[in-house]
Amino acid sequence: MPSLKDLRNRITSVKATRKITKAMQMVAAAKLRRAQEVATAARPYAERMDQMIANLGSRITDKGSAPLLAGTGRDQTYLLIVMTGERGLAGGFNTNISKLARQEAQRLLAQGKTVKMMMVGRKGAEALKRELGNHYIDRIDLRAVRQIAFANADEIAGKVLKLFEAGEFDVAKLYFAEFKSVIKQDPVALQLIPAKIPETKAQATGGAEAIHQYEPSEEEVLGDLVTLNISTQIFRGLLENVASFYGAQMSAMDSATRNAGEMINKLTLKYNRTRQAMITKELIEIISGAEAL
Amino acid sequence: MAATLNFELVTPERLVFSGEANQVVVPGAEGDFAVLAGHSPFISTLRPGVLEVTLPQGSQRLLVKKGVAEADPDRLTILAQTAVPLEELTGERLASELRAAEEQLAAAKDDHARMVAEGLLDVLKRMQLKS
Repeated sequence: MPSLKDLRNRITSVKATRKITKAMQMVAAAKLRRAQEVATAARPYAERMDQMIANLGSRITDKGSAPLLAGTGRDQTYLLIVMTGERGLAGGFNTNISKLARQEAQRLLAQGKTVKMMMVGRKGAEALKRELGNHYIDRIDLRAVRQIAFANADEIAGKVLKLFEAGEFDVAKLYFAEFKSVIKQDPVALQLIPAKIPETKAQATGGAEAIHQYEPSEEEVLGDLVTLNISTQIFRGLLENVASFYGAQMSAMDSATRNAGEMINKLTLKYNRTRQAMITKELIEIISGAEAL
Repeated sequence: MAATLNFELVTPERLVFSGEANQVVVPGAEGDFAVLAGHSPFISTLRPGVLEVTLPQGSQRLLVKKGVAEADPDRLTILAQTAVPLEELTGERLASELRAAEEQLAAAKDDHARMVAEGLLDVLKRMQLKS
């Protein structure tokens, strides 16, 4: 039976914890709003890019000229780019991405493929280090970055392209969490190389598309676009990740705050009962003492 | 035919400009070209250079790098990896762009790449003299 003082101390400590989680939740909410704004601002670029690639891709049948589209013709070596958060305390966010990447890596290894991994973000790299650490070829730390800029994505894309040109891998896949809503973030795998041409969406201008002139040539424009698109996809992934991270953190901290509240209620009840029991006990002692006289 | 065309300049980070423009001079990969309303459908990649937009209420010059321009009779869409208005390009920022351009020139593999890098360097140097 804990003493009254012990109970009081525990209540104070849980209250302090609740204050911290509450503050974290509010900070995450503010940052989430910001992250969502950035993600929305980035959308037009990606959409137009997709559209242009779709338009071009549907016209060019000979894709051999763009190795990023055609791939190397093999699928022996896989590059998995796993993007996770730099911090924890965000519920299942980091674990879910790592889990998806781990399953894929193990599946590929079981098939006798070679797996190389590029880890963006500290948490995922730590989570997979024990099992797959020897497959790591690069680790990118974005902890010092306050606001993800396109330059960050471009740097990663540069590394990926350099590896591809050196023939270090055949297929590249990107892992990140797609932001669905505050309470739902799905880890997804996106095939980066060979690039998939998005389905052509019928555009309003319709017939005009067919008579475009290209400079330098259609193939070169497409090749350029696909290269640019790699940075764009990575950028999108990073932004989605940031939004997902804060979403996950917000709901994790929300439930932590609620749990702390429940705990405080329980402890307060127990504290009051104990106090009451002590008072009753003391009264009985006094009364029985008085009767004995 | 409309006297203005619908012009959109988009970077990965945001929509930089969207609205009506009278004329846009685009630094294309194979030379500058001006787009007026009623331009024939045309797609070109960009070389690093200065994009000049003439608006009904004045003109604006921006430094653009890497991207594509898509022109249709009534609109022009430019996807650029970076787009900085020239007046924002001063001091530190200009110096770092200059360094980047010099590196690019040093790394240029063929005549075309060298020419592009030289052109960019030239623009930046002139800017530096002005400021």
